[in-house]
Amino acid sequence: MNDKGKYQPLSYFQLMEVSLRELLVEKGILSEEEIAQEVEAMRNRGYERGSRVVAHAWRDPAFKGRLLQNATQACEELGLEIPGLKLLVVENTRDVHNAIVCTLCSCYPRLLLGIPPDWYKSRNYRSRMVREPREVLAEFGLVISEKTQIRIHDSSADMRYLVLPMRPAGTESWSEDRLAELVNRDCLLGVAVPKGPKD
Amino acid sequence: MAAARFKPGEKVRVRKAFPLGHVRTPYYIRGHTGEVERVCGAFANPEELAQMRDGLPPQPLYRVRFLQREVWPDYRGNPADVVEVEIFQHWLEPA
Amino acid sequence: MIERSHHDMGGLPAGKVERVEHDYADWERRVDAMVQVLRFGGKITVDELRKNIEALPPQAYDAMSYYEKWIASLTQTLLQRGMVTTDALARKMIEVEKRGGR
Repeated sequence: MNDKGKYQPLSYFQLMEVSLRELLVEKGILSEEEIAQEVEAMRNRGYERGSRVVAHAWRDPAFKGRLLQNATQACEELGLEIPGLKLLVVENTRDVHNAIVCTLCSCYPRLLLGIPPDWYKSRNYRSRMVREPREVLAEFGLVISEKTQIRIHDSSADMRYLVLPMRPAGTESWSEDRLAELVNRDCLLGVAVPKGPKD
Repeated sequence: MAAARFKPGEKVRVRKAFPLGHVRTPYYIRGHTGEVERVCGAFANPEELAQMRDGLPPQPLYRVRFLQREVWPDYRGNPADVVEVEIFQHWLEPA
Repeated sequence: MIERSHHDMGGLPAGKVERVEHDYADWERRVDAMVQVLRFGGKITVDELRKNIEALPPQAYDAMSYYEKWIASLTQTLLQRGMVTTDALARKMIEVEKRGGR
């Protein structure tokens, strides 16, 4: 395995990574192929699966009901491979806005959204999101009305969360693919809302 | 599996303890009172798993809803704003 | 005086959230991959990994990048489980460094 680009001496932790990996491979605990496969799998995983779940729920109210009841089962219904994921979907409405944080580390629905962004893992987000969510959301450019209830979900244990945003107006006839394009990762975490044709 | 002691809607208080070890009950919520939003199921105890033990029998895990204005004395925002935290049964007592 | 673990930061004062996202380097992706494969293979638990990250001294916790923390924690976890030894690691690190790290 080679790192692309300029040659630089390894940092202490990069040296640790190479060394640990070689030891594990020598002992037969891991293989280079397994590691490479997993790297590829995560490289290709963006948030598309999350967007698709939302778009499907928008178009199919019965599915949406099942999603809110038992999200893991509903995702499996769609043929998504989510081994071990215990998912909980929280729905935004006119009266309720949801957002996700993991104050203790950086728990994240990786199987649906890929690797979490740096800011989600940052001290500032993890510290402030439970205490002053409106201020943090405003920094993200999202101002939530005082009349709307904010629900912050702290992923402290085994559950993982996905926000089901409100479907934008003017999208009634849209296909699932077209709807999915409106839903980016920030919408699925509750730090943004999808913009429709009328926004 | 240990039986679920609490039901959705029930008021529970988070134990005010600060033990060493790997704990998944956040510091900010200890000692506070909230309402059970749902029973998530039962899971192996992370405090034990962290010590390379099996954490069995699985313990009931709850999502507990707390009013932000009760958790933070200086909270500004909608008085109905909440924070919802997953808490294991052994950290909860009836309120 | 009640001890609060450095990682348990919910509610503490902090600064503006910087919306940075960096493209992960190959070595970081490999750390991530090793963690996932070992977890999925039932060789380690995420709880041990978390415990070992939480055990980092506060200055180290703040100064180290995400994957620096994870490789350190993964190494500690494997040492604790006896899947690698400190001696083997030391020898390997010297060997890797000698051949220019590749």
